[in-house]
Amino acid sequence: MKIHEYQAKEIFRNYAVRVPQGKPAFSVKEALQAYDEMGSETVVVKAQIHAGGRGKGGGIKLAHNRNDVESLSSQILGMNLVTHQTGPEGKQVQRLLIETGIDIEKEFYAGIVLDRKEKKFVFMVSTEGGVEIEKVAEKSPEKIIKEWIHPEDGLTTNQAKKLGDALGLKGSQLDSGIEIFTALWKAFSSLDCSLMEINPLVLTKNDEVIALDAKINFDGNGLFRHPELSDLRDESEEDSAEAEASSYNLNYIKLDGNVGCMVNGAGLAMGTMDIIKLKGGEPANFLDVGGVANPETVANGFKIILSDPNVQSILINIFGGIVRCDRVAQGVINAMETISVNVPVVIRLEGTNAKEASILLEQSPLNFILANSLSDAAEKAVAATNGGV
Amino acid sequence: MSVLVGNNTRLVIQGITGTEGTFHGQQMIEYGTNVVAGVTPGKGGQEALNVPVFNSVQEAVEKQSANTSVIFVPPKFAAGAMMESIDANLDLIICITEGIPASDMVKVNHALENKKTRLVGPNCPGVITPGQAKIGIMPGFIHTPGNIGIMSRSGTLTYEAVHQIGAHGLGQSTVIGIGGDPIIGTTFIDMLELFATDEGTEGVVMIGEIGGTAEEEAAQWVMDNNFSKPIVSFIAGQTAPPGRRMGHAGAIIAGGKGTAVEKMVELNKAGITVVESPADIGQAMVSEIKK
Repeated sequence: MKIHEYQAKEIFRNYAVRVPQGKPAFSVKEALQAYDEMGSETVVVKAQIHAGGRGKGGGIKLAHNRNDVESLSSQILGMNLVTHQTGPEGKQVQRLLIETGIDIEKEFYAGIVLDRKEKKFVFMVSTEGGVEIEKVAEKSPEKIIKEWIHPEDGLTTNQAKKLGDALGLKGSQLDSGIEIFTALWKAFSSLDCSLMEINPLVLTKNDEVIALDAKINFDGNGLFRHPELSDLRDESEEDSAEAEASSYNLNYIKLDGNVGCMVNGAGLAMGTMDIIKLKGGEPANFLDVGGVANPETVANGFKIILSDPNVQSILINIFGGIVRCDRVAQGVINAMETISVNVPVVIRLEGTNAKEASILLEQSPLNFILANSLSDAAEKAVAATNGGV
Repeated sequence: MSVLVGNNTRLVIQGITGTEGTFHGQQMIEYGTNVVAGVTPGKGGQEALNVPVFNSVQEAVEKQSANTSVIFVPPKFAAGAMMESIDANLDLIICITEGIPASDMVKVNHALENKKTRLVGPNCPGVITPGQAKIGIMPGFIHTPGNIGIMSRSGTLTYEAVHQIGAHGLGQSTVIGIGGDPIIGTTFIDMLELFATDEGTEGVVMIGEIGGTAEEEAAQWVMDNNFSKPIVSFIAGQTAPPGRRMGHAGAIIAGGKGTAVEKMVELNKAGITVVESPADIGQAMVSEIKK
C-alpha cells in the first residue's frame, strides 16, 4: 500500500525522524491558512500524488510570499501532473503539502528495501541525492553504499555510523545522521514497511540531517498488524475498477488491450496475457479469480472486465484443480443469464471434471466459443475481436 | 527415484483441524501420502482424519516419528508454525499459506541457517512425487510417474505444464511449486542441485515469472556447474506492466528490474530452451529429450 508524502512525514514525526515543518492542504484556502500558521516567509508548495518525479513535472514550487502561495496552489491543485512514474496519462493533483523552506548544504539519498537474494532488508545511502536513484544504480553502482540489516539485531549503531561516514558526515552532522538512520529503521521495522525512500535526505546549513522527502510503501501482508494504517489509503489514487475488484477479493489490473481475460491463478493469468499477445492480440487486463470460481466470483469478474469499454472479447481460462470445472461452467452460465455480456466469450476449461463442463456448456442455449487448448483459446479470443480475422 | 518427498515421508499436518487442513489432508491421504499426525495447539489428544492430533510438532516427532510437515495455518500464525518445525529438526517444511509478512520470512530464513531443515514456500502449491506422495493442494490425478522434474513459482501454471508433459506421453519425477513470495525457502538453484544428482530425472521444466532475479541466478548456476540435463523454461509476465504487482507478492517489475525479457536473455545464454508461449512447454521438452 502506498501513501502520500505528507502522511509519511507525519509517521516520521511520530518516530522522531526530523522533517521540515509542514501542513497538508486540500484547497487554496487551506493552503493559505497553513501558510499563515507556519510563520515562515518562504515555503514550498508540493503536489501530493503517489508518484515520484513531481519536481520535474512542475508539481513542486517555491513560494516567496503569501501571494505566491495563493497563485501556485491554485495552479497546482487540479493540474494533471505527468512524471516518469505516472505514465503519459498523468495524475490529477487533489492534495498539497505546504512546507517551510530549508537552507540546503548537501543532498543525499537514503532508502530501505527488501533484498530478495540475501533474504534480508538492506539500508542504502548515496551522495547522489535528488536524482533518480535507478539511474545512479545503473551508471555508478559504487556510489550506493549498502548495509544489510541483521534479522534479530536490527540496524546497529556501528552500521548507522558507517552509512554516515559514507556520506562524508563529520562531528555533530554524523551524530545527526546516526540518529535519523536509527529512527528510520525503527519506523520501517515497527510498521511492516516494504519500502522507504528519502530522496533527498539533506544536510542543512545548521549541520542537521533531515528528511526533505518521504516515501513509504507498506507490505500488504503486514497490514493486519496495523489496522490504523488503513485510514491512510487514498482510493482516488487507485483505478476505480481495480478498487472495486479488490472489494470482491478479485485481483484485477487494467491494461490497454481489447481481449479481456478471466483466469484462476496469478501465473496462469500472466501466461494467458502473454499468449494473447503472441497470437496477435493485446490483453485488456490481468484478472486472477483465485481458487473459488463460483457463480458470484464469475459474475463479478464479468462486471469488472466489461466496465472497460475497450474489451471486444473475453477469454476464460480455468485449470481446475481443487475447483471443479463443471461448477465453473455452471457459474459462467448463471452469470451470463443474469448480466448481459455483449461480447464473444471463449472458454477453455481443463482439469477436474473438464468433460462434464463441456457437456454443460454445449447444452446451454447461450453462445460460447469452446476451446480445447490454451493455444486454441487464445487464437479464438483474438479472432473474436473486431480487429480479428 | 524422487527428491524431497516420497515413500519415506512421514507427514505431520500443521493446522489439521482447520477447513483447509482437513480438506487437503483428506486429499493427500487418498493419494497415498503417509500422513502420521496433525498439530493444532489446544486440541492435543483428539483424532482427525484417523491420525492423532498433538499440541506441538515436537510431540508428533517423538510419538509418530514425523519427518516432514505441511502448513495450512493462517498468515498470522504461519511464521510461528515454521519456527516450531525448525526447532523440532524436521527434514522438510512445506508452507502453503499465502499472505505472510516479508519481515516474518526474513526471521524464518534466519532461523533456518545452520539447521538441517529445508523449507519449501510459502505461498506455494506444494511438492508431489507422482505415485508416492502428494504434499500440498495440487490435483493429484493430473500427474503421472515419469522422469521430468518440474519447478515453478506459480500454481495453476504448473498444473498446465504437468498436463502438457503428460499429454505428450511423458511423466514427472518430482513437481515443486517454490512459491510466489519475494522471500522463499528452497530456490530454483537448490532444486537444480537435487535434480542434477537424481537418477530419476532426465529433464527439467523451470517456470519463472517477473520480479526478482531467481531465474538469472539459476542461469548463472547452470553455466558454472555444467548442468547436463536439458532444461525448458517459460517466464510468465512478458506483457506485464512495470511497477504493478501481478497477483503474487513477488511478481513485480521494480525500478526497471525483473522483466521477463532480461530473464529470457540470461536463460538463453545458459543454453536453456526458452519458450515464448506457455502452450509450448510440453512439445519443447519432448524435442529436448529426443535429442
